[in-house]
Amino acid sequence: MNEQTAFVTHGQNGQDAERQPIIRVENLSYAYPVEDSDQPKQALSDVNLTVARGEFVGIIGHNGSGKSTLSKILNGILSPDSGDAWIEGMNTKDPEKIWKIRKTAGMVFQNPDNQLVSSVVETDVAFGMENLGVPSEQIKEKVTEVLDLVGMSDYRKARPHQLSGGQKQRIAIAGILAMQPDCIIFDEPTAMLDPNGRAEVMKTITNLNRKHGMTVLHITHYMTELVGADRIIVMDGGRIVATGTPREIFSQVAMLKDIGLDVPQMTELAYLLNQDGYDIPRDVLKITEMVEALCHLK
Amino acid sequence: MFKDITLGQYYPTGSVIHQLDPRTKINFTLAYIILLFVVNNPVGYLIAIGMLALVIVLSKIPFVYIARGLKPLIFIIVLTFILNMFMTPGQVLWHWKVLHITREGLKLSIFMALRLTLLVAGTSIMTLATSPMDLTDGMEAGMSVIPGLKRVAHDLAMMMSIALRFIPTLMEETDKIMKAQKARGADFETGNLIDRAKALIPILVPLFVSAFRRADELATAMEARCYRGGNGRTRMYVLTYTKRDAVAYLVLAAMAAAMIGSRFIQYPWPFPFG
Repeated sequence: MNEQTAFVTHGQNGQDAERQPIIRVENLSYAYPVEDSDQPKQALSDVNLTVARGEFVGIIGHNGSGKSTLSKILNGILSPDSGDAWIEGMNTKDPEKIWKIRKTAGMVFQNPDNQLVSSVVETDVAFGMENLGVPSEQIKEKVTEVLDLVGMSDYRKARPHQLSGGQKQRIAIAGILAMQPDCIIFDEPTAMLDPNGRAEVMKTITNLNRKHGMTVLHITHYMTELVGADRIIVMDGGRIVATGTPREIFSQVAMLKDIGLDVPQMTELAYLLNQDGYDIPRDVLKITEMVEALCHLK
Repeated sequence: MFKDITLGQYYPTGSVIHQLDPRTKINFTLAYIILLFVVNNPVGYLIAIGMLALVIVLSKIPFVYIARGLKPLIFIIVLTFILNMFMTPGQVLWHWKVLHITREGLKLSIFMALRLTLLVAGTSIMTLATSPMDLTDGMEAGMSVIPGLKRVAHDLAMMMSIALRFIPTLMEETDKIMKAQKARGADFETGNLIDRAKALIPILVPLFVSAFRRADELATAMEARCYRGGNGRTRMYVLTYTKRDAVAYLVLAAMAAAMIGSRFIQYPWPFPFG
């Protein structure tokens, strides 16, 4: 638990901060203006959600479901048309709080190349801290610490273009961690990676949540990445269509397929077996569970 | 293909010259260039040549690398040499038809050629012995001392370091686009100069589109990491002068004194020309 306190900075009155959700979104709506058209495209309509401290929440949805727009509003990059988003009680519309919000809710983006600023790994990790005015000695210590945390200590002096996609993304995560955020928003961090890189990054994210108590909001369109999440929010057409534990969500195979999402292989197999009349629980997620269920069949 | 490209012409050897503060190296080089134009006698040039030789030896950079830097300038150096030699009026030493070489012309042409050679060699030593990142830091520090440039010093340095960061990325991308266009039947190798220039358009257009998209995403990512210009920003590595730099500045002062002094001394021995 000691490690945890190193990363989670509590508010002045720890008790209140403990109870208050880190992310709170109420009746959020946003529309993009569309060229050659008076009708703007509604990206988000009436979205409500909360993320509590230490939670791992997954947001899943097809392209154009509004999940990335939501992340941009949470970071104050876009301003909502109506409704509010709060990070630790700070409204993202408040221009005076914007830097505090961005420090509190760090954000990792999709393209690993386009978020690394410096030609050397260690100075890139230091970039956020330099912007926040952290003294030199503390920056050096923190860089060592976070590089170790994402397992990239050996690459301290490396150049970003020599790294693989997964490694670049871990450097980006280290850069955010160095700013000591209370929560990290991952905006499809694995979308441009190969399966190995994806596994690397997911391991890092899960590790941060499990071992270091980091609050994680993970936006993705890969279902399997969310098997270990505490809660999954399914978005479609700018609305939240379902929310629940991975088991609750994945067992609704028909609904997920309907909005164009893939379910984990084992869940799909269970669904198909069920349709053929076999008595298999609908919420099977892993291969071992499937083996168990199959062995119990008569 | 472009994975191992070196940026600029940095040649790391870890020598004392490499370890100097970039500000020292920039100041030293600037002073050296100015001094080259102050000097007007063989003794001064001998000092300049000696200093350059000393720095080259200390830097452990192979001489060929410095010579390579001079290659593109050979034409200009030879041209100035010839023009100065034949065009300067004065005491005629040799003439053939309209061409004539004067005593003053010979002196001026030799000095000009020496000046240009030393100037180019001196600056290339600096870029060979300083990493582009250090050079950027040094220039930022140097510019922020000048009143008029103070406000833009950080912005310019940030632009330079981002450019350095994205050169390999964009080169890889160019390679990819070239292959993609070749696969679609584009021809980059045949035809005259104009044809080949035209063939570059299908590479440049997608490259520019992608560069703008990258710039936009990078700006968002930088703001998400609380970047708001140079004000209130700290650095992980603060440039600090060490004893080594003090020695370098002392050497610079001695060299400057000697080179300027060489102008005023009455030489007891006669010069071949001068």
